[in-house]
Amino acid sequence: MYEAIVLLPLLGAVIAGIVCLVGARNRFPGEDPPPPANDHAAPPVSEHHPRAAPVPHAEHAAFANTHVATEHAPSAAGSLLAELTTSTFLVISCVLSWFALFDVGFAGHEARVLMFSFVSFADLHSEWMLRIDALTAVMLVVVTTISSLVHIYSIGYMEDDPYKPRFFSYLSFFTFAMLMLVTADNLVQLFFGWEGVGLASYLLIGFWYHKPEANAAAIKAFIVNRVGDFGFSLGIFAVFYLTGAVDFDTIFAQAPALAGKSFHFLSWNVDALTAVCLLLFMGAMGKSAQFLLHTWLPDAMEGPTPVSALIHAATMVTAGVFMVARLSPLFSLSPGASGFVTFIGATTAMFAATIGLVQNDIKRIIAYSTCSQLGYMFVAMGVGAYSVGMFHLFTHAFFKALLFLGSGSVIIAMHHEQDTRKMGGLWRKLPFTYATMVIGTLALTGFPFTAGYFSKDAIIESALVSEGSMASYGFAMTLGAAALTAFYSWRLIFKTFHGEPHDREHYEAAHETAKTMLVPLGILAFGSIAAGYPALAFFTGHGASEFFRQALTLGPAEKLFESAENLPLVLSMLPTVMMIGGFLVAYQFYIRRPDIPEALARDQNLLYRFLLNKWYFDEIYDFLLVRPALWLGRLFWKGGDGFIIDGFGPDGVSARVLDVTRNVIRLQTGYLYHYAFAMLIGVAAAITWFMFAGPH
Amino acid sequence: MIIGLGHYLSVAAIVFTLGVLGIFLNRKNVIIILMSIELILLSVNINLVAFSTFLGDIVGQVYALIVLTVAAAESAIGLAILVAYFRNRGSIAVEDIDLLKG
Repeated sequence: MYEAIVLLPLLGAVIAGIVCLVGARNRFPGEDPPPPANDHAAPPVSEHHPRAAPVPHAEHAAFANTHVATEHAPSAAGSLLAELTTSTFLVISCVLSWFALFDVGFAGHEARVLMFSFVSFADLHSEWMLRIDALTAVMLVVVTTISSLVHIYSIGYMEDDPYKPRFFSYLSFFTFAMLMLVTADNLVQLFFGWEGVGLASYLLIGFWYHKPEANAAAIKAFIVNRVGDFGFSLGIFAVFYLTGAVDFDTIFAQAPALAGKSFHFLSWNVDALTAVCLLLFMGAMGKSAQFLLHTWLPDAMEGPTPVSALIHAATMVTAGVFMVARLSPLFSLSPGASGFVTFIGATTAMFAATIGLVQNDIKRIIAYSTCSQLGYMFVAMGVGAYSVGMFHLFTHAFFKALLFLGSGSVIIAMHHEQDTRKMGGLWRKLPFTYATMVIGTLALTGFPFTAGYFSKDAIIESALVSEGSMASYGFAMTLGAAALTAFYSWRLIFKTFHGEPHDREHYEAAHETAKTMLVPLGILAFGSIAAGYPALAFFTGHGASEFFRQALTLGPAEKLFESAENLPLVLSMLPTVMMIGGFLVAYQFYIRRPDIPEALARDQNLLYRFLLNKWYFDEIYDFLLVRPALWLGRLFWKGGDGFIIDGFGPDGVSARVLDVTRNVIRLQTGYLYHYAFAMLIGVAAAITWFMFAGPH
Repeated sequence: MIIGLGHYLSVAAIVFTLGVLGIFLNRKNVIIILMSIELILLSVNINLVAFSTFLGDIVGQVYALIVLTVAAAESAIGLAILVAYFRNRGSIAVEDIDLLKG
């Protein structure tokens, strides 16, 4: 059964891929497909984007062209086959996953399924084994549920796109890689899935490869993730160096003995466990778009919206959170690393929320919201409440996927308009989308008794009662971010669905989208309301240790849960108060007095620009990293390769040979008397030699 | 003044030098080159005959006659080539004859 869960998406991806290849061959027999008509030259480097500008007109214009161009292109042959196969397989996989959750989580039938031996070399043994425990089961359910809904939704969303088989193949391949990641039994297998989702993310962000922005965003995502993966792979090497094994059971068994050991590195003595955890966390920072490595996530919104929902909101970006949870036996032994996790998580939660306040692109607001919520999860991980972090991951997947798919529905209805300033009043036109988006927003902001309420409050309370080094900072930041979350989420709703329509033409043409898109929205809306309360008992309190058993280290968390239960009512009401405050401010700003935000933006121009330009992170990275790298590259290219290697190597030698031959050619004039002269000189020399030095 | 071997050899050397210079300094006419070659051959003949007489060996004079024959044949061939060349290229000026190169 577990093999089926993991391998069905792969099968779907392969079938869709074959359909795609056959279609391409039939369409362009015997040649490579020609580039699309509106093909642009080489994609510009991402830092040159006019993204900071208030309205990226060029971007929208380019997009409009693309859309018009693709509308007339016929769908690839076999699109229906690819759609139905991948979606059916995913649904089967999803049903099996829910079954697995009940079987593993509640009945306690944990399983290890050995598939084959992956790497066996000297001391390195890595089996391809599916490790099914409660943690994996939760992730399986999250991944397959969201993925199958997104597959179904995409049938409607990608209706006009001629390259559907390719899209569905990538989606299923992503799901397979993600399942590989969450079922990993050792670090090598985890790394395989980790890179697999990175690849799928790259392919899907750049799905519309004729858009230069999409290419640049795809490359940016890939490169920023490489930075994190560099640390992650170093962490894996360090673990192998310390324990001599890569499989989790051996590592966890040896972990307590590692406490107090240290690395000797360049005359430093580094605590081994802390160093390992920090390196591994660097990978998590890259994949989960945490502070300093977050820059790729907002740009990743260039991909199709279902991709944003599946990869860049609900599943792939949670890989970092999952990895920290999976390695909780290591992280719980290193207070230093845990403090750092809390610090980064709290900073991201606050930082991304502030940027979300002023963005105008509907998908970008949700992207920053994702960044911020991932920060929450890391705060929970850092203070030791691993199950609470997983709880938020679980609920967040529902309402964030809902918000993204809802915004996709809005975008389709508005004919690929993403700027919230051009929307408004849409609730009359899109009642169903509006209702589901409001439910998603309620859950995201933590409205009482929705899914987000339980998980977010649990995180904030855990941070409050924890005695970790960074816990109080984490508490302050998450509490503040809760208010900001409420503000920007309601701002999104108000600007999109309420008020006067700002673009009559788009407004008139807006219409509710296809059934295949609305059904997933309904299911997710139901999940956003209902996923919280039933799960509460298993992710927090005493239920958590019964549910997760050995999958998570919950020793310190037990104490947290106990003190959280005994919190005074005032403190436990704080997040809700912050949420209501954020809502009221948004209501005042965007419904009652729509002139206030503009006046505020004018008054606080500096702050507004600072936030609108995302704390100038792209510009800083451009100045600190991209330009020096380009400069260095150009130096090596022009100076090192062009001048030294080519100048003195192959090109230099051939140039000297040419010089010599050019002079030799000039000796050969073609004049008879020159040749005769040469002969005479030769004869004279021969005679002279014969006379004076000849063979006596 | 007794005319000895040295005088004959000197004349031969002068004629030889004239022939060589005729080849190199001539920039006008290919026929002059042919004539210069004849001069060089004649100087060799003078040497052969002079040594033959002074050494009392008749073979040298026989050899001189053979050289004369070869020179006549060679001039005939050379002139024939010149005529053919003139027909083809319309000029036998030395400056124009520079096809003998790669």
